[in-house]
Amino acid sequence: MKPKQFDYLRAETIDEAVAELAETGEDAKILAGGQSLMAMLNFRLAEPEVLVDIAGIAALSYIKDDGAMVEIGAATTQGELQAWDGLAGNLTLLHKAFPNIGHFQTRNRGTVCGSIAHADPSTELPLCLATLAGEVVLRSSRGVRKLSAAEFQQGMLTTARRPDEMVAAARYPKAVAGAGYAFREVARRRGDFAIVALAASASGDTIRLGIGGVADKPTVREWTSLADSDLDDALNAFAWDLGGYDDIHATSKYRRKLVRKLGRRVIEEAKSCQS
Amino acid sequence: MVITALKKSATGKFIGQPMERVEDETLLRGLARYADDFPVRADTLHAAMLRSPHAHAEIISIDATRALAHPGVSAVITGEDVLKLTDPFLNAVKAPMKLWSLAVGRVRYVGEALALVVADDRYIAEDAVDLIDVEYKLLQPVVDPLEAAKEDAFLIHPEAGSNVMSQRTFRYGDPETAFAEADHVVDLTIDFPRSSHTPIEGFVVCADYHSGDGIYDVLANFQGPFSVHPVMSRALRVTDTKLRLRTPGNSGGGFGVKVGIFPYIVLMCVASRLVRKPVKWVEDRYEHLAAATAAPNRVIRLEAAATKEGRVTAFRFDQTDDYGAHMRAPMPGPLYRMHGVMTGAYDIPNLAITNHLVMTNKCPSGMVRGFGGPQIYYAMERVMHRIAIELGLDPLEVIRKNLVPTEKMPFKAAAGAELDSGDYEKAVAIACRDGKLDEILRRRDQARKEGRIYGIGYAAVIEPTQSNMGYLSNILTKEERHARGQQNGATSMSTVNIDPFGGISVTSDTTPQGQGHATTLSQIVADQLGVDMKDIVCNLELDTQKDPWSIAAGSYSCRFSAGPAVATHLAAVAMREKLARIAAQRLNVPPDQIEFADGKIFAIDNPDNALSFNRTAGTAHWSPGLLPEGMDAGLSEQAVWSPPQLTPPDDDDRINTSLTYGFNFDFCGIEIDRDTAELRIDHYVTIHDGGTLLNPMIADGQLLGSYAHGIAEGLYEEFIYGDDGSFKSGTFADYLVPTAYEVPEPMIFHLESPTPLTPLGAKGLAEGNCMSTPVCLANAACDALGIENIKLPLTPEKLSEIMDPDEPPPPKGHSEPDAAPAGHGHALQGQGETTVPASPDEVWATLLDPEKLAGVIPGCHQLDLVAENSYRAEVSLGVGPVRGKFTAAVRLSDLDPPHSARLSGELVGPLGSSQGGGVVTLQAVEGDKTRVNYTYEVELSGKVAAVGGRMLEGATRMVIGQFFERLVAQVGGPVVSVPWWRRLLRMLGAGQ
Repeated sequence: MKPKQFDYLRAETIDEAVAELAETGEDAKILAGGQSLMAMLNFRLAEPEVLVDIAGIAALSYIKDDGAMVEIGAATTQGELQAWDGLAGNLTLLHKAFPNIGHFQTRNRGTVCGSIAHADPSTELPLCLATLAGEVVLRSSRGVRKLSAAEFQQGMLTTARRPDEMVAAARYPKAVAGAGYAFREVARRRGDFAIVALAASASGDTIRLGIGGVADKPTVREWTSLADSDLDDALNAFAWDLGGYDDIHATSKYRRKLVRKLGRRVIEEAKSCQS
Repeated sequence: MVITALKKSATGKFIGQPMERVEDETLLRGLARYADDFPVRADTLHAAMLRSPHAHAEIISIDATRALAHPGVSAVITGEDVLKLTDPFLNAVKAPMKLWSLAVGRVRYVGEALALVVADDRYIAEDAVDLIDVEYKLLQPVVDPLEAAKEDAFLIHPEAGSNVMSQRTFRYGDPETAFAEADHVVDLTIDFPRSSHTPIEGFVVCADYHSGDGIYDVLANFQGPFSVHPVMSRALRVTDTKLRLRTPGNSGGGFGVKVGIFPYIVLMCVASRLVRKPVKWVEDRYEHLAAATAAPNRVIRLEAAATKEGRVTAFRFDQTDDYGAHMRAPMPGPLYRMHGVMTGAYDIPNLAITNHLVMTNKCPSGMVRGFGGPQIYYAMERVMHRIAIELGLDPLEVIRKNLVPTEKMPFKAAAGAELDSGDYEKAVAIACRDGKLDEILRRRDQARKEGRIYGIGYAAVIEPTQSNMGYLSNILTKEERHARGQQNGATSMSTVNIDPFGGISVTSDTTPQGQGHATTLSQIVADQLGVDMKDIVCNLELDTQKDPWSIAAGSYSCRFSAGPAVATHLAAVAMREKLARIAAQRLNVPPDQIEFADGKIFAIDNPDNALSFNRTAGTAHWSPGLLPEGMDAGLSEQAVWSPPQLTPPDDDDRINTSLTYGFNFDFCGIEIDRDTAELRIDHYVTIHDGGTLLNPMIADGQLLGSYAHGIAEGLYEEFIYGDDGSFKSGTFADYLVPTAYEVPEPMIFHLESPTPLTPLGAKGLAEGNCMSTPVCLANAACDALGIENIKLPLTPEKLSEIMDPDEPPPPKGHSEPDAAPAGHGHALQGQGETTVPASPDEVWATLLDPEKLAGVIPGCHQLDLVAENSYRAEVSLGVGPVRGKFTAAVRLSDLDPPHSARLSGELVGPLGSSQGGGVVTLQAVEGDKTRVNYTYEVELSGKVAAVGGRMLEGATRMVIGQFFERLVAQVGGPVVSVPWWRRLLRMLGAGQ
């Protein structure tokens, strides 16, 4: 369980990091918190030639409230965001999701953007980004582009990031006044990858429900003026659309069941939080 | 000596008190030195192993050319080398099957080592492992133990002629009559899963062959029993003295598992001999989970004969224990260690047992905390629960009615265990009263009234302490035993030394893994010698060349409190007697009038007539001439403790399998979430009668650890194997060890019924909850759901399937799910459809044209035609950052141009291997297009299946999707710009 040999670049600036990506392309990997990547390196599941460590780039370590959105830099750890005093008020959904995100130890090192860039279909931070219709900021030596969460995450561990780009920031829309948010997940143990994770927002008579862990990426459905009596059918259709997959922890059938049962619970909770 | 010790009671200032652990400052601050921390010689080389991705295969060839050419590699060692330098390991059943430290000729489980690379460092060694080319011929995997036991089963060890390596039947009392006369018979079959208890620190070996004197000098975190040492030395073809084995004073957890290191010790000895340098190997987590060891999974059919009042008159066991691919010492312990107590805590005079010992293509079984107990009690306590349900009785009453009554103590159980002390009924009463059973019963009523799912479970078990080394003799018939000679007993050895200034050191034949042995030994010695615990140093490293040879040495079978602790007590008593005689002469009083306290030795009647402890001790070193006549100089007392009760089996196969027997009783209340089927432990109570508590705090710590392991077995941990023998639990994200969050605190109670068989009165209590907790939880789940039986672990998905077997159908007009549910451990299956903008003839031509096919196979670098319709390809496959290089063999068969064909193939690479196949059908559709339908079935094995389970199905679908995506591109289809996942969904028939 030792990685294959690689070169290591501890970038001091964003320009230095993206210059390396421009030169090496697919064979370079960004290292931030390393909570997924290091394990993959040790298992030799990934064998990059160059690791570009961005954890020390000061310009990437920030949490910025720009009015409509909260932007989180790529070197900001999950622990730092969890400890941000604006979290509960501005990012209510994330605030509710955080106790499910890994463990204290992994949050200490793992970054918000690292989780988004990794694009594991069961993780909470990409799910919240998708549910809130947030954005991902990509940087390369060619410039900056912004993608919606839905555009960015394409499938299992697969994103729209081009080989010369790095995820520079994630932008989460701020909580809407009067809206309600709820989060729920089922995992085998606390902090495990979700079997199913559910994030919901209720704003006016619009409900958004995001589901992680069932399809190969977090998937969001929005309903307006959905009658309570139609909710079960809507959730059943959503569950079957997501399909689900089998692994040693759960069958696709169990995953679909959680979408139906907890979908209702989490939507009801989000509605109850509306003011 | 024993008599003296029994006279001097073992209670004092420290024994029985919750003394703080002397180890904790070192352990908790990370200052302890573990095996990997020991310095090694500068020229030490490091080892890594090539492990089989297949469950069962013949090794056709191993080509190490590329690995040996890798800079920094010293040697690649294979089965041929171990065949030359070692003999096969001895196995207890004497079956004609051979086990070496590397696979020879055949691999029999995923993870079995077949080559060892020795290199300058571990990184280089692992690089080289990936460069070894092996050609395998796949053999039929045998995974299910009942299938393996069938006469026509594929053989794992052909030379043995069967996969059943031993079969024995035992009969005690008159079970036939008891069953014939029973009012009611309960018949239940349980299938206990495979799991382990995983130490934080894995195996570590550093072996150094001294070519001058032919001695193998080894440091390893082996945990004993040292009865396995001769198994290693015989394999190495040396006497025991030429295999010097040293164990460190600290080991990062053991739980029995660390006896499984012994084949690696031999392997590193061979490596060191070949490269003439020390060779070190540190096991990693994947190696540990795939290949270290496991408690055997077991199928038990248990029938119970009962009166209509619920009094059990007989048990009939039929046990099939799955030992995996090889029989390694000290197997088949789990099948025989509990033999004497197969009637548990109950007074049941009639007993029949049939034991089948079966091999399968899984990791070899070994010692794991609980050692055979969890399996037996799962059957027994589930059956006790069933008796109550079927007779309309209260499960608790059925347990109570059958407990061995205290007035029958000591009680000889049907199969030979001599239950030495205890008041089981009283323990149950205390637990129910102080553990608030009434309230839990009320809670259940209330919950059920509210439509919630709540259940209560009970379990009563006997926890054996200090195994009789003769229990394995019962594998043999009495005739064979008489012919071969019988083993028995369990010896412990300790030494107490005092230096010229009164400093006390203790050595003992134990291998602590965090239990606090040094604390308990310090308490024992400090009490005898009237000193402070901090004046005592315990050195618990073992060295087979320097310590007295102790065959039972090690930490296992709850041995400590009735073994090494007793030997230490006896050594301390002997030391006290010697010091008393020295002091008596100086103080002018008889030795029996001497007392020890507060660092002083004094006359009982006149405490001012005193000597300092240190001065008295100094006399024995500095002034031997002043010692009482006939007394040896120096202060070193060694004691040997070998209790006489541990006799070999008698001619009726009765055996007292352990020295002393504790009791524990548990009950719990659990609730299952109606929506998610998650199981929550609402209340857990456990009471133990472990005899005298030497240190109540350590006792509770042991109980909590054992309870956590019980929860692990009950709710979380399982080694999962596919039908093809692939191993699927290769990381801690797949093999789920509960964390503190998952282990709600139990209520713990104690009753102390000292064993009369040792001077300390203590029994073991560190394994009881591994035995009681899994079945207690299962009984509660069965109570909650009103079901007859259930298999562990109690996963939410499993419970959900019981609660809601039917799924609401998809809404009208919704397509069926694209992939057939694969289930656990089965091949990944799927189907899909895509439309290609070309005629069937063109598509067909693409599939048959090597150049074009190369463009269709995802990640294909090179494709060579090796025979008609048969190709060899180099491909890199993966999702996202996960990439692996594989060699693929692809075949086209069942050709029906241009309508259908079967594609099949195998992939092999460092990440593992895969076999699969599928049928492609082409159908012309309007607009000169072709509708391509495909089905596939893929089996994955090796590292990728073991560590990537969560991603596998998605990744497989993706790669197969890519194949058809490329097919579209190859036949000139438009380059589609929608995200690939949408394309994939479309190809897979969803999201159209």
